[in-house]
Amino acid sequence: VCFIPGGLDCSISFVSHVLGKVCVHGRQKEILGVLVPHLTDLTKSDCIWQRICWRLVECVPDRWMEAVVLGFVQGAPGADVLSRLLGNLVVKNKKAQFVVTQKMLLLQYGHTTAVLQNLLGYLSLDSLRRTLLLRVLQELLETWSSSSAVKHSPAEQQLYISKAILICLSHLKEPEIESCRQELLTSMMEGVKCHLDSSLPQLRRLGMVVAESISLKINTEGPVLKFEYEEDDETRELKSLLVQTPPFCVVPSLPDDNSSEKAGAALPLVPESNEKPHTAAPVMPDEELDAELDSDDDLTPYDMSEDKELKIKAPVYIRDCIEVLTGSRSEDVDKWEATVKALEDLVRKNPAATREVSVELAKILLHLEEKTCIEGFVELRQRAQVAVLTTDPIPVAKYLTSQFYSLNYSLRQRMDILDVLVLAAQELSCPKFHGKTKHSGVQKPCIQLLPGSDSSKDWKRIVDERIKSKTRRFDMGQSHVELASRPNEFNSVAGHFFFPLIQHFDRPLTTFDLLGEDHLVLGRLVHTLAILMYLAVNTVAVTAMGKALLEFVWALRFHTDSYVRQGLLSCISSLLLSVPTERILADMTEELLETQSWLGDVMEKDPDGDCRRLALQNLLLMENLKKKLEAVPS
Amino acid sequence: MALPPPDPQFVLRGTSAAVHTLHFSCGGPEPDIPLLFSGSENGFIHVWNLKTHRVDSALDGHGRKSVYCVETMGGKDRLLSQGRDQRICLWDLAEGRTSVTDSVFTEHVGFCRCSLLKVAQGRWLMAMAARSLEEVQILELPSKTSVCTLKPEVGAKLGMPMCLKLWQLNCDSQPVLLAGYEDGSVVLWNVSMGKALSQLICHQEPVMSLDFDAEKAKGISGSSEKVLSIWSLNEQQNLQVYKTHELVNAGISDITIRADKKILATAGWDHRIRIFGWKKLKPLAVLDYHTATVHCVSFSDHSNPRERLLAAGSKDQRISVWSIYAQT
Repeated sequence: VCFIPGGLDCSISFVSHVLGKVCVHGRQKEILGVLVPHLTDLTKSDCIWQRICWRLVECVPDRWMEAVVLGFVQGAPGADVLSRLLGNLVVKNKKAQFVVTQKMLLLQYGHTTAVLQNLLGYLSLDSLRRTLLLRVLQELLETWSSSSAVKHSPAEQQLYISKAILICLSHLKEPEIESCRQELLTSMMEGVKCHLDSSLPQLRRLGMVVAESISLKINTEGPVLKFEYEEDDETRELKSLLVQTPPFCVVPSLPDDNSSEKAGAALPLVPESNEKPHTAAPVMPDEELDAELDSDDDLTPYDMSEDKELKIKAPVYIRDCIEVLTGSRSEDVDKWEATVKALEDLVRKNPAATREVSVELAKILLHLEEKTCIEGFVELRQRAQVAVLTTDPIPVAKYLTSQFYSLNYSLRQRMDILDVLVLAAQELSCPKFHGKTKHSGVQKPCIQLLPGSDSSKDWKRIVDERIKSKTRRFDMGQSHVELASRPNEFNSVAGHFFFPLIQHFDRPLTTFDLLGEDHLVLGRLVHTLAILMYLAVNTVAVTAMGKALLEFVWALRFHTDSYVRQGLLSCISSLLLSVPTERILADMTEELLETQSWLGDVMEKDPDGDCRRLALQNLLLMENLKKKLEAVPS
Repeated sequence: MALPPPDPQFVLRGTSAAVHTLHFSCGGPEPDIPLLFSGSENGFIHVWNLKTHRVDSALDGHGRKSVYCVETMGGKDRLLSQGRDQRICLWDLAEGRTSVTDSVFTEHVGFCRCSLLKVAQGRWLMAMAARSLEEVQILELPSKTSVCTLKPEVGAKLGMPMCLKLWQLNCDSQPVLLAGYEDGSVVLWNVSMGKALSQLICHQEPVMSLDFDAEKAKGISGSSEKVLSIWSLNEQQNLQVYKTHELVNAGISDITIRADKKILATAGWDHRIRIFGWKKLKPLAVLDYHTATVHCVSFSDHSNPRERLLAAGSKDQRISVWSIYAQT
């Protein structure tokens, strides 16, 4: 497109019309792909071209303005280029203002970070537009700190808004921050509260990162807000947005982080190596060595092979352990530590003795608090609890499930109960010999030693080995890997784990209200029930469990917390996988049909991506069920 | 083939409380009975007869508060003891008496043992931790006049003094003090001028005990960590780290170098006494007798080298006495 330079007046409104029409028909990329680079070059230093460009976009009719602006914002290589191309369009044109400040930020969330940088950078580059920037920030913060938005909007949208907030903050100057410091503080406090309330860890982290960044900006001196969370790519990316990199720096800041980390790590090494030669300097000169050798040879050392690390002996009997753990003698902390470390093994090696005191031991472990600083205390305690539960499942399960609904336990303790139940159920239902590994790694293809406590089974092993050693084998052939089987120990106790947990969920206690504030625990409970359901495959109680679970899910299906909903959908999956097909179709047909329509609803309308995915999975499982049934000749 | 470590020559029982400090007095001429003084947690000082292995007398002067330091002042008739009742008592034990002749109220609530140095006939200097947190006070005994107070500079953050050693190279030179502090550093102080000459960070944890060989200008310190630190003093009176030795188990309560400077003994929290050669810190023996942490070790001052003994007091209320490397 050629233009006549010079002082000639020309109207370019027809070009604007063409541009607008093309964009609205969806061809933004093509036309702007050609136009924008040209205009970028032309407007670099030539004011006239800049003005021409501005006139161009200003003359686009309103009905096509959105498409054009969107195209420019997406196509421009940087905020400064966008500024040259669009000028103060957003100030002059209402439609453009709406698109840039409202639609692209609050109503859409699919744009990339680069587009956000362009947009907000553009707003920050001119004093006229900066008021818009502040207004945008205010509105973004309002959304970020509104609890209903946090609860109901999808995670992707929340991430988008967080990014926008951080980029806005990076553009703000000191006087502007001064003027809106109070509002920033209020929004931050409210927003942090809503985010930390959420059950999804990703949202909690988003809230923490944004709050830290706001705090950093408004408190230039004095302590800043600092949360503890695990850094991952997302948080690093978010934090990198706070600092404005110079234009055309498309390289993300992650490689910079790595190199600065390495540089930081290299530094401490250098002073250390500097110290060593300093201390090595006053080493005795060699002449002294010979003279000293004589006198030292007189003293012959004694045998010091017994000199090993001191190990405090743990008690050998379970009842002794109980005494140590409940004892009030604070001096014997070494013994207490040794007991805690040795307890799991002792329980597993002495099942009969454990069964005598199982409930007492479970009680002690549930209330056991860290007396000294042992590494991995929480894990040690949990493993001991799992050991006790698997050794004597029924009474201990009864105790634990009753305590789950009792007064005066912390949320952490209640969730610990759920964890222990799940781990024990996993162990009981898996055909393994030692519950040492939580997750089955590669199954070792060898003949495993049978549990040593039952001597009646030992003879079999001895006889087998004797036969093996005596027979000559001519051709080994393919070694048969036979996983030795064991009765499913979870069968007799599945009901004891499951039903008490599901019974009282709707009865609030003074300190514990599953359906109210404590929705985090409710979420964990639902997930636990799903796992128990899954592990109950091939048990006798599975059908009854399935029915009860369906009712439970039905009652809670409209819960507002997405973590709970995800759990409910997992429950349905476990149900469909565990309960035998014939029983599902015989006993639960109507409920299943209702569930199917609910699942369809969830799949289409649920704001949470994971929920939608799980609902789809469940529908597919149901389809498979139907097909299986049709395949079986009746 | 190395020999197994020796058993104790004998074991003294009867303190009925953890033993915190020991001191031999065996240097007297023949009719004198060799004695061992022990201070216990129940506030008693027991005087053990090393011929009969029984308690000759029990001194009660600290109001049943733990006694953590005993020293003799020129012979077994004069005894100095320090207890948790914040007092240092001077005893007259001649001719069967057991009376406290004098006492110093230190106002020190810690566990820092005082250090004695004889500077002239009948005159001693005593270094002790004072009331104020980081200070060490030097007193002259028996007059109890204050010679000086050694204060670290403001902001030094050394913490409490944990162990002290007063020494002088020979009778004519200046007395100097080595002090180990809570922050793991050892400071060399000039007593007459009252200022610090050198400071060295030996440990990451508090210095529990130290001992110094004035002839070789080398010292050793132990702490609650696994490392023994050996440091030396050069001509400019500067402390430098000489070497370190890593132990099997962490925690040292006491270190003492034998008078002939050939071996040293450490008392460990792991219930073991370790013997090292002093020249090169060669590990020589690990004496494993006690069943609780060993609080103190002490070498005897027998004039006949073959009779030399090593005593160790422990939390298990026993004092083990060993004869080790007495032939050299």
